[in-house]
Amino acid sequence: MDVRSSAFKTYRTFLQIIPQILGIILLISLALTVIPPEMYELVFTGNPVADPIAGATIGSVAAGNPVTSYVIGGELLNIGISLTAVTAFIIAWVTVGVIQLPVEINLLGGRFAITRNVCGFFFAIIIAVLTQATLTLMRVTI
Amino acid sequence: MNRMQGDGRKGNGPGLQKGAGGSKFTLIFLAVVVGLYLVTALLDYETFMAAVQTFIGIMLQILPVLALVFVLIFLVDLFIRPQAIARHLGYESGIKGWLLAMVAGIIATGPVYVWYSMLADFQEKGMRIAFSGVFLYMRSVKLPFIPLMIYYFGGAFTAVVTFYLIVFSILAGICCEKAVQWGRIASAKSEYGN
Repeated sequence: MDVRSSAFKTYRTFLQIIPQILGIILLISLALTVIPPEMYELVFTGNPVADPIAGATIGSVAAGNPVTSYVIGGELLNIGISLTAVTAFIIAWVTVGVIQLPVEINLLGGRFAITRNVCGFFFAIIIAVLTQATLTLMRVTI
Repeated sequence: MNRMQGDGRKGNGPGLQKGAGGSKFTLIFLAVVVGLYLVTALLDYETFMAAVQTFIGIMLQILPVLALVFVLIFLVDLFIRPQAIARHLGYESGIKGWLLAMVAGIIATGPVYVWYSMLADFQEKGMRIAFSGVFLYMRSVKLPFIPLMIYYFGGAFTAVVTFYLIVFSILAGICCEKAVQWGRIASAKSEYGN
């Protein structure tokens, strides 16, 4: 074990990562401040095809703790927005990260990061549709 | 052992961006964001202050997680050897590797971007690329938040969504791995052609 070498490598990683993380959090903070949760209600129109896509799109560009997405999603359900839209929204919220994409590309490579986020977007819509279908088969209503 | 390990980048630090471009990119990114704040402050000072307060709140929340991440990076570099990574999360780890990546993703806390560096480091040490995709996808399942999800959406919804997230995490991992491998093959062909 080489403690000094490991500590130095960790220190170098720290110096490189901290400015990136500061930049991301600053950007997220600005987005959360400028885009109020009420704005999301304006986007969901009731269209069964467009709503899940809109949900996944907003979830992709939104950022923050998953708890926030549950709270917003729950409120969206309460005002009558479809379950598929809300499901796509809360899944894309945690599986797609447009804001942090530059950092992901920087550290994990462009092909990996873009593929992962594209998959996350489409999978959110597919999972939302499958979940709705499964719950319907199970005769469960939310 | 599959030779197509890691992401092919060279370096001397855990998950460090290689070359001068990395630090340049970071500084430009930070400068652009700070510039956005300056513009916001000039246009709407209240929004600026609200964003700063949100920033402070998020920082206070994630500082313990960040500390944990750097401790883990240090411990991984100190104790985990490439052979160990290859054995548990390498290309020949089988079902155990998939399960380990899923469990690691579920128990990982904090914002996703704090884990990128560690995953890059793990890939350099021989972790299968697909497992990075699985890990990041499975972060969508958070055990501490499940009660809240059940509260809002019900137990059946939570169970069904969790099941599909697990299934699709495997697909996401495979897609990421194939994309990276195709990129390498294309690069190799291009170099060979030249």
